[in-house]
Amino acid sequence: MMFAAATIGLVVAMALALIRAYAGPTLYDRILAVNAFGTKTVLMIAVLGFLMGRPEFLDIALLYALINFIGTIAVLKFFRYGDLGRAGGRAEDEEGI
Amino acid sequence: MLLSGEFSLDHGLVLGLGIASVILVVLIAVRMDVVDHEGHPIQLTYRFIGYWLWLLVEIVKSSLDVTRRIWSPSLPISPTMYILKAGQPGELGQVIYANSITLTPGTVTVRLDGGDILVHAIAREVGDALAAGEMDRRVARLEASGIKVVERAK
Amino acid sequence: MIEMLLDGLSWALLMGGCFFILTGGVGLLRLPGVYARMHAAGILDTLGAGLFLGGLMVQGGLSMVTAKLVLILVFILFTSPTATYALANALYGAGVRPVGRDGRQCETIDKRGKSSKP
Repeated sequence: MMFAAATIGLVVAMALALIRAYAGPTLYDRILAVNAFGTKTVLMIAVLGFLMGRPEFLDIALLYALINFIGTIAVLKFFRYGDLGRAGGRAEDEEGI
Repeated sequence: MLLSGEFSLDHGLVLGLGIASVILVVLIAVRMDVVDHEGHPIQLTYRFIGYWLWLLVEIVKSSLDVTRRIWSPSLPISPTMYILKAGQPGELGQVIYANSITLTPGTVTVRLDGGDILVHAIAREVGDALAAGEMDRRVARLEASGIKVVERAK
Repeated sequence: MIEMLLDGLSWALLMGGCFFILTGGVGLLRLPGVYARMHAAGILDTLGAGLFLGGLMVQGGLSMVTAKLVLILVFILFTSPTATYALANALYGAGVRPVGRDGRQCETIDKRGKSSKP
């Protein structure tokens, strides 16, 4: 019962994040919304594991937490430099404060 | 494998070999003197616990504050940028400070440039509270204690 | 008796987590400008995920399940400020400036407490 209620709450929150991802208006709004959506997905998988009585779902949640972070960084880097292979460090177009 | 929660003989053998190779690699790295300063700041660990507890309370307090702002119909926010001076001499302390600012809802670090931190606050009161500098002083003390531990160890 | 107490505790934690996650979602929609929305995502990542996973941990008891939940929580807490900082840094580098409630660029306060309106 309590897991079902928590799942419903999560689904509503995920819908809100999806609306923001759809509405934009900028690219960064979408990235932020997708990142938030990913965090909610991790929680969702964890609670679904409890709901269905299958604790092995937690391994998948852990994996999603890892991929969500790497994905966000990768997308940001891609839109900044246009490719993923560029080394880090200070970009020449970057100004100080 | 550790996460499978199973500790049979072959699991133990593989895990034991893994631990042994980690120890071997660390020993070789220390002997080759290639360990740089960017490692995990383990010297801070036990001082960290007190700081973490304090930060946890701050996170809860500021979360409730931002929650109140989001739900109230008049949306009482006043986004403001702050340029703050980080009082920590070392890079590690500055990074801990910047990360703590971001982890506390209501304030986000936008740029870290030398000793200057550019912070975006959701409201003037939130930013002014940060600019008062209690977190800055706590992180500076934490870093100073860590340096002392390292010097004693040498 | 103890079981009922634990169940109640985990109910409270889960519902509290849900409330803060929903707050994050509502903030994501209501707040103006992407900088302000990052604060809403911050609530979701810290208190929301913390309470939610805490509620699950109470259900898991002292077992491998709880250990995995702790790992997930620690991971979210460590990566969320890094991702937010990367996003804010990319935003600032791309020339996006934070806006106030009226949609115009907000003011900046420097180290001496002097305010400058753009």
